[in-house]
Amino acid sequence: MANKLVSEMRLPPHLAHILAARRLTTAKDVLSLPEVELMGVLDAGIHTARAAVAHVSEIACPPYQTALALLEAFRARGDGRLATTLRGLDEALHGGIPAGKLTEVVGPSGIGKTQFCLKLALLATLPECYGGLNGRVLYIDTESKFSSRRMIEIGEKSFPQIFRQEGLAQKMAGRILVLRPTSLSEFTKSLEQMKVTLLQHDVKLLVVDSMAALMSSEIEKSATGLRQHPLRWALSFLKSIAEFSQIPVVVTNQVRSQSNDDGYRYSFEVEKKYDSNNAEGFESHLVAALGIQWAHAVTIRLVFEAHSGHRYIKVAKSPMTPAVAFPFTVESSGIILLSDEGIDVPSPEITSIRCQGENVLAQ
Amino acid sequence: MEIADLPIATSHRANLLAAGYSSLAALSAASPPRLARDLSIEVHEAEEILKVAVGANKSKGADGPSTSSVLKGAQNAWDMLSDEQSRRHINTGSADLNNILGGGIHCKEVTEIGGVPGVGKTQLGIQLAINVQIPVEYGGLGGKAVYIDTEGSFMVERVYQIAEGCISDILEYFPHCHDKAPAGQEKLKPESFLADIYYFRICSYTEQIAVINYLEKFLGEHKDVRIVIIDSVTFHFRQDFDDMALRTRVLSGLSLKLMKLSKAYNLAVVLLNQVTTKFTEGSFQLTLALGDSWSHSCTNRLILYWNGNERYGYLDKSPSLPVASAPYAVTIKGVRDAVNSNSKRVRVM
Repeated sequence: MANKLVSEMRLPPHLAHILAARRLTTAKDVLSLPEVELMGVLDAGIHTARAAVAHVSEIACPPYQTALALLEAFRARGDGRLATTLRGLDEALHGGIPAGKLTEVVGPSGIGKTQFCLKLALLATLPECYGGLNGRVLYIDTESKFSSRRMIEIGEKSFPQIFRQEGLAQKMAGRILVLRPTSLSEFTKSLEQMKVTLLQHDVKLLVVDSMAALMSSEIEKSATGLRQHPLRWALSFLKSIAEFSQIPVVVTNQVRSQSNDDGYRYSFEVEKKYDSNNAEGFESHLVAALGIQWAHAVTIRLVFEAHSGHRYIKVAKSPMTPAVAFPFTVESSGIILLSDEGIDVPSPEITSIRCQGENVLAQ
Repeated sequence: MEIADLPIATSHRANLLAAGYSSLAALSAASPPRLARDLSIEVHEAEEILKVAVGANKSKGADGPSTSSVLKGAQNAWDMLSDEQSRRHINTGSADLNNILGGGIHCKEVTEIGGVPGVGKTQLGIQLAINVQIPVEYGGLGGKAVYIDTEGSFMVERVYQIAEGCISDILEYFPHCHDKAPAGQEKLKPESFLADIYYFRICSYTEQIAVINYLEKFLGEHKDVRIVIIDSVTFHFRQDFDDMALRTRVLSGLSLKLMKLSKAYNLAVVLLNQVTTKFTEGSFQLTLALGDSWSHSCTNRLILYWNGNERYGYLDKSPSLPVASAPYAVTIKGVRDAVNSNSKRVRVM
């Protein structure tokens, strides 16, 4: 609505004429000007300027809905959630990965993020009677880690009854479209094209594995100050895609080690800074690679981490769920939860990711 | 006020000065037809100018103490005190948070709430949208809520859950009210709570400006709205802006409008803000986004943060209350008091 043309707003004619004459063609042009400047541009009194702003605002403003209407629409539509088939996690997320929202999977390399995404991709293609979404999947693979063989293996091991049927494996795998953009510009271009095609081709899941790879390759070329920009764009765009087509969007994120050994604090917390035990300083401190702005924008964050001999999936941010963690292992059938009983997470700082006690790479 | 400051069209202003009207006194002596002739404009335009000029003269009003007030539009401190005391507060759901806020979120004020991702900003926002609707007979405001969602993080299932939690708490505190007054009982349904939340989904900063301009009209039509929540004020302004000067200007315009609305319609404005990192004194520190000039624009500021394993609210700015912090918890029912520090939070399963 921001770029809605003033000429199409059916303003009172005298207002419409003045605005058109001053080349204020979109709502954005009119609303970005302060009142006094607008008076100058329009050569009109304050009442005229205010009336123009009020008119344009009213039309550019999206209509409201009551929360009840939202709830009814939501119930009528069905929630469109993608069940992960990990029972504990599904319960914690009230049924699975929600549609229309951005879900992030973050963790150190080799812990199982891609395994998780492969399984989700497979699940989304399954017919509804097997708990799938019966649709296509768009898999944006920036790290060239997508392996069809592994995916089929996961499928055969977890759903033997389906994959034993002749030709079904081919049909399922045929529904997964893998894109391998090599640069950020290629990625943004394919995103732009995607918006139209998503609905046409009945795509029910979008996976980006990983977001950070593109951003970190770009960062080497440009100064750090510019990093936020393409990220911001991609962020808004992914969110709008999720909402517009009401599908789950899953994005993976890498980790990096933090330069200083404690998390960021507010200035009023500074005095407490050094009293915590220093031993922590020797452990690896990992934080999600895309910064705090990114973390604000994702609706659900699942942290994959390893400590005290196990790997855990931690629901670190979710509007529906307190922070709980589930131990898991990666087997030939994909990710398996060792227990469906969640463990309350004592340290809910969602930026902190633990990786110790188990050498992930040695396995 | 001078001719040059009058809120009239630039060309009219130039004509006035050219025609020798150099002061307001000169202008107020003129009649509309005369003025129209002098400026060679239409009579009704001249009337408009005179109306504006007379209005400006009045508001100047420094000609001597009049009967009721010395300065038009001013209010003396004593009246303000009684006005403040009669003001209602919106319960945050946690008694400790209410305490440091001096009773809750204040009507007629702009309160900014910031915090790291996942600390519970949206939860508190939803909780306020529900709590503002607690009927007057149960100690609430019985108002409605406007929820402006810029991020798409408003999950309606969660709103329903919080509404249910709120109702079950009301019935627990007022067991006797439950039996009488079937009319009151009828009201206490999560659906009716949800029906009184007006939800705007904003997808760009232009829409954000538009919705705030439109609120003036909307609130005129819906006079029972007692809270406006913007979740978050930051998102689009962080994504789409390159021109920082324009951003500051637009933002300060918005905050002024919101402050005006909160006074005019006797409602609370709650702005949720994100955090960013700032390099000060040799280290990175967390601070609320949108910069220093924005930080002046709200009346109260509450920062939510993790203190060890607990969530805390820190009152960072308030014109009347001391700086303080208090723990709170986010449970399945919504925002509540933190149970003793070593007890666990409510489990989902």
